[in-house]
Amino acid sequence: MSNGRSSVGVAGTALVSKLVLLSEETRAEIDHWVAKFPPGRQRSACIAALRAAQEQNGGHLTPDLMDAIAEYLKLPPIQVYEVASFYSMFEIHPCGRHHVSICTNISCMLNGADALLAHAEKKLGIMPNESTPDGRIFLKREEECLAACNGAPMMMVDHVFHENLTPEKLERVLDELK
Amino acid sequence: MTVRVYVPGDAGATSVGADEVARAIAQEGTRRGAALEVVRNGSRGAYWLEPLVEIMTPAGRIAYGPVGAADVPGLFAADFLKGGKHPLLLGPPDGIAWFAGQQRLTFERVGIVDPASVADYVQHGGYQGLTRALSMTGSEVVQAITTSGLRGRGGAAFPTGIKWKTVLDQNSAQKYVTCNADEGDSGTFSDRMLMEGDPFTLIEGMTIAALAVGATQGYIYLRAEYPHAHRALKTAIAAAYQAHYLGADVAGSGKRFDLEVRLGAGAYICGEETSMLESLEGKRGEVRVRPPLPAIKGLFGQPTIVNNVVTLASVPWILAHGAEAYANFGTGKSRGTLPIQLAGNIKRGGLVERAFGLTLRELLYDYGGGSASGRPIRAVQIGGPLGAYVPPSQFDAVVDYEALSAVGALLGHGGIVVFDDTVDMARMARYAMEFCAIESCGKCTPCRIGSTRGVEVIDRILAGTDGERNVQLLEELCETMVQGSLCGLGGMAPFPVQSALKYFREDFRARTQG
Repeated sequence: MSNGRSSVGVAGTALVSKLVLLSEETRAEIDHWVAKFPPGRQRSACIAALRAAQEQNGGHLTPDLMDAIAEYLKLPPIQVYEVASFYSMFEIHPCGRHHVSICTNISCMLNGADALLAHAEKKLGIMPNESTPDGRIFLKREEECLAACNGAPMMMVDHVFHENLTPEKLERVLDELK
Repeated sequence: MTVRVYVPGDAGATSVGADEVARAIAQEGTRRGAALEVVRNGSRGAYWLEPLVEIMTPAGRIAYGPVGAADVPGLFAADFLKGGKHPLLLGPPDGIAWFAGQQRLTFERVGIVDPASVADYVQHGGYQGLTRALSMTGSEVVQAITTSGLRGRGGAAFPTGIKWKTVLDQNSAQKYVTCNADEGDSGTFSDRMLMEGDPFTLIEGMTIAALAVGATQGYIYLRAEYPHAHRALKTAIAAAYQAHYLGADVAGSGKRFDLEVRLGAGAYICGEETSMLESLEGKRGEVRVRPPLPAIKGLFGQPTIVNNVVTLASVPWILAHGAEAYANFGTGKSRGTLPIQLAGNIKRGGLVERAFGLTLRELLYDYGGGSASGRPIRAVQIGGPLGAYVPPSQFDAVVDYEALSAVGALLGHGGIVVFDDTVDMARMARYAMEFCAIESCGKCTPCRIGSTRGVEVIDRILAGTDGERNVQLLEELCETMVQGSLCGLGGMAPFPVQSALKYFREDFRARTQG
């Protein structure tokens, strides 16, 4: 993960500060979360900080943003990278604006999720983990059940649930994404 | 007089149009000059009836469902605000067969109260448990939990009282209470329903736990994929602070308890307690080696209670009604009630809270109404993606931790997923291994590598390569993972595979298409 990244010294000491990359809102959000934990436990805010930075950047993280978080929280950059790469909600590569996750867990699978996913792949011309060339839609891999089993098959679009999906309903939701 | 109209704001109800229904009722009411107030309650858990609209009439609540926005003018025309006749009229909700036989203790207020109102919560019996607890010593409260027989509802079924006593006995200036709300098992949604429908019960349960063991800070670790639950919890926590049920002086006791929600970021493994603690500390959700137990060295190295949502939400009832009253429900070593979730290929899916001791058959046919497809049920998977498959020959087994483990199954978090006779059990076994391979945190070898090799071995069986030898290899691999994994993910992922091999071996044959 090293596209266009400026130099970083050891243990999070940036040779060129990247703090400027974090917006006022992102910093305020990080401060908010740091304050919720005991003094010296600012590392606990790492996940919230990554979420704020990802939102600021339109849906994905860059190495520079992660370095900025490390600098802001006074952590070695590796502690930020390893967290970003562990959790499925962090995207460390550029991706589309709208995150679409079609649940393929058991209840949804039993109710036609695989065919639905295939329908979406065909309509969008992309495979899971890919984005449409116009940057509109990111077809995310979602492995965890979203607890909407009684509305199976379902999908989540930017944190909004859509249930009892049919190919027609799926198309309608996807078409409405700008 | 202003009529209260209940329209669920639960994620499951809103996804089938409850927001539109609520708007339509408000608009039509304004147009007709009707005095009404729309309350966004939780779901009662009969999901095939959602959106389930209820009217508070002088004679009690009257239900209509499933209501679409287009039905709203017709409902007004039928005078539904007075419980008038309409094709969607269901009558009093308690009269609906699905609810009539249930024993709702933990979920007694879910779908009934306004989840944003402390006053409504108190009016429905809320905070009686805390009031009782404040008149007892910490060790008396812990003893009551032990006497009630409450066991961890997250899946491990560890006696809650013993866990709390361990934390109580630690001599430490700082202790924590954490709630594991990282519900991610396929086919389970009881935590979500409770947090959306009656969040104060969870807050009260955590407050009782904290005051009992001497903790001053609580964290709810919530999946980021539950935005409705997040909103409901934030609103309820703010209201509880406002009403002095949280903060520096809990209910006038002079004792402090602060509570925060922390969001996860998408990792199934964070439902494992030590991995959740790592995540709360801002790290990768990798499992910790035990000992030390979290009750001795947990969050930030301090004594910490880690309990599931339903476990903590069962606490207020136990304190309010007495430990013996709770222990009077249930059977054997499984005391109290369990909120069971029915999903998959089932006609009537949803939440059934009953005392331990009813049979799978009652659940599947009396409550569930059989498969949605109308075909025979061939198997059920109990307890999430790592639970065993149970064949119809075992459907007379009772829901109870020990009885199910006697037939090789695990109750887990109480989710039951139903499959009809078109299911390919070898494919399901492969799915279990694949799930484990994707969700493994990577810390221990049996889970990280074993699951990947498991998928490959099943693929070889299905391709017809050395079938018998590979089946034997698969069985040995399962045994290694069960014995050698650090936590329940690698330790349980073989259960669906082993049960599929045991009961549905005929499916493990070569086929032209995998």
